[in-house]
Amino acid sequence: MKKTLEQQLTEIQRKKKVLLIPYIMAGDGGIEKLEPTLHFLAKQGVSAIEIGIPFSDPVADGPVIQKAGIRALKEKVTLEKIIQELQKSTVAVPLIIMSYFNPIYHFGLEKFITEIKKTPVKGLIIPDLPYEHQNYIQPLLQNSDIALVPLVSLTSSKNRMAEISKKAEGFIYAVTVNGITGTRTKYSEEVDAHIRLLKSIASVPVLAGFGVATIEHVEKFAQDCDGVIIGSKIVQMLHEKQNEALQVFLTEAVAIATTKKAE
Amino acid sequence: MKYQAPDKKGFYGQFGGQFVPETLMKAVKELAKVYEESKEDEEFQTELRNYLTQYVGRETPLYFAKQLTAYAGGAKIYLKREDLNHTGAHKINNTMGQIMLAKKMGKKKVVAETGAGQHGVATATVAALFNMECTIFMGAKDVERQSLNVFRMELLGAKVVSVTAGSQTLKDAVNEALRYWVANVEDTHYVMGSVLGPHPFPEIVRDYQSVIGTEARRQYVEIAGKLPEALVACVGGGSNAMGLFYPFVEAEEVSMYGVEAAGLGLDTPYHAASITKGEVGVLHGAMMNILQDEAGQIMEAFSISAGLDYPGLGPEHCYLHAMKRAEYVTITDDEAVAAFQLLCQTEGIIPALESAHAIAYAVKLAHTLPAEQGIIVCLSGRGDKDVDQIKTRLEEERKQNEKNA
Repeated sequence: MKKTLEQQLTEIQRKKKVLLIPYIMAGDGGIEKLEPTLHFLAKQGVSAIEIGIPFSDPVADGPVIQKAGIRALKEKVTLEKIIQELQKSTVAVPLIIMSYFNPIYHFGLEKFITEIKKTPVKGLIIPDLPYEHQNYIQPLLQNSDIALVPLVSLTSSKNRMAEISKKAEGFIYAVTVNGITGTRTKYSEEVDAHIRLLKSIASVPVLAGFGVATIEHVEKFAQDCDGVIIGSKIVQMLHEKQNEALQVFLTEAVAIATTKKAE
Repeated sequence: MKYQAPDKKGFYGQFGGQFVPETLMKAVKELAKVYEESKEDEEFQTELRNYLTQYVGRETPLYFAKQLTAYAGGAKIYLKREDLNHTGAHKINNTMGQIMLAKKMGKKKVVAETGAGQHGVATATVAALFNMECTIFMGAKDVERQSLNVFRMELLGAKVVSVTAGSQTLKDAVNEALRYWVANVEDTHYVMGSVLGPHPFPEIVRDYQSVIGTEARRQYVEIAGKLPEALVACVGGGSNAMGLFYPFVEAEEVSMYGVEAAGLGLDTPYHAASITKGEVGVLHGAMMNILQDEAGQIMEAFSISAGLDYPGLGPEHCYLHAMKRAEYVTITDDEAVAAFQLLCQTEGIIPALESAHAIAYAVKLAHTLPAEQGIIVCLSGRGDKDVDQIKTRLEEERKQNEKNA
């Protein structure tokens, strides 16, 4: 049976709507802001919400998310506190935890899974746990409703894409740049072909992420895959308390229809 | 004992692995493949040997430190003189090999991190030799502390980028170098400076540094007609120690001691004792012992010696520790500074502060062993870079003493 995350995303896809997943840094601005922020984003009609766990050494992240993580750590936010908050959460959209491996490894992998089963978390993204090392976590998720969402990059070969796709749950996170998270104005030319190739192989939805920051970007990726993840842009706007502008942006973005030629 | 590590997936027992973003997987796999090929490539090996002889100045002497031995009053202390290499430390053994590999892979650029600047200088040097574009990331605090090495790297044509993120020291320089590598992975090789990072780096760096132990073993046997009783080397990331230890791992009668920096003391938060005080975790692509807080956040390491100032220890050391093949001990800043002066006075050798940690422990150890036994200490680098720091420290101490008197 398909896990909830994939089911819900597929449901939105059926309406020909783009899948839109905003990323936030848990604890940026204080842990008490987490629940209201989740509700604010859910109200805009997003498909799911990715919750970043602050880490001292985030090698895949650019300056915006690095700084947000440092702010959260200064607020003494820990994985344990975040889980406690999420266990009380009443938010209705699926949540996805994005954490580097060390904080959850240190917390205890089994304990971590046991605890997040009591939250609305339906997915897990671990950027420094590649396909080769999924065995650290995959067995613990087997009888759960939590999906292990894999990443595919521009450097992933076609064979590797196929291998990763075979085991993918929830969706596939397509990294659209060779680089770190953060807003950028343009993408390399190879991206489109690469994402189309991935889309033709994948049996779960494919969402593009890294650098997605404008309506044009969302429209661009809505042509070749199923949706986008928007990180740095959202983190920055939330930090600057631009909630109204963010509302306008998200309302416009979630209304974008998918025009994939494949379907 | 038969010893074979890492395994096919890059693990040393539970340590090591390839905990990197997907974007880098292709690069680390390609590196592993090219590295394996290079072992069988005779032309490559001959060229490397020639450069090590004619450019780096190998082999380095194994020197019997008679006065230091007399001072310690026990086992004979031999110094493996890595300080006599071109650029003044063992680091170039590794950068030579890795940059030749980078060339073989058709890369045009190299990137590296550096703490004190020794690895940065060794990378910039070989990059100049092979005409490769070179970028070095260095924590902003280290840039300030080691301005002369910054200038040295720039003279050699490298671009030095000051890292202001995080704690502004070595670990943040590694983060930034990794980020740069992710963004430039198609034409850039990351010259990892120690036995750290994702597989195959710990293996490659160990192998290139093993020239230290291979030479020392042969030299010692020529002198003494037997193997030494003990090996001593300082460990930050652990490359000079791994280089000395590896050719002796199967010779179980040889004790091996890795010396961690205890900084201001193990009962303070100001140390770099990753094995003694750390816990298993994942940093910079490998599972290893790491200094971390109760929430799994990486802590800053502290040592008077910038080269030991790293909050983790290479996976193979963690493995040797777990299987009790090597012992890891600690030396404080004060003990290292005393050993620094001791070696200057007894042998006329100014050691790097990193190596002074090894000297300090070797003297303690020698004292407990009989005179017919022998200890090889890796004198991993020369101390010119530390002279200023020692001068300031000794002047402050003198002022403090005068005040108290």
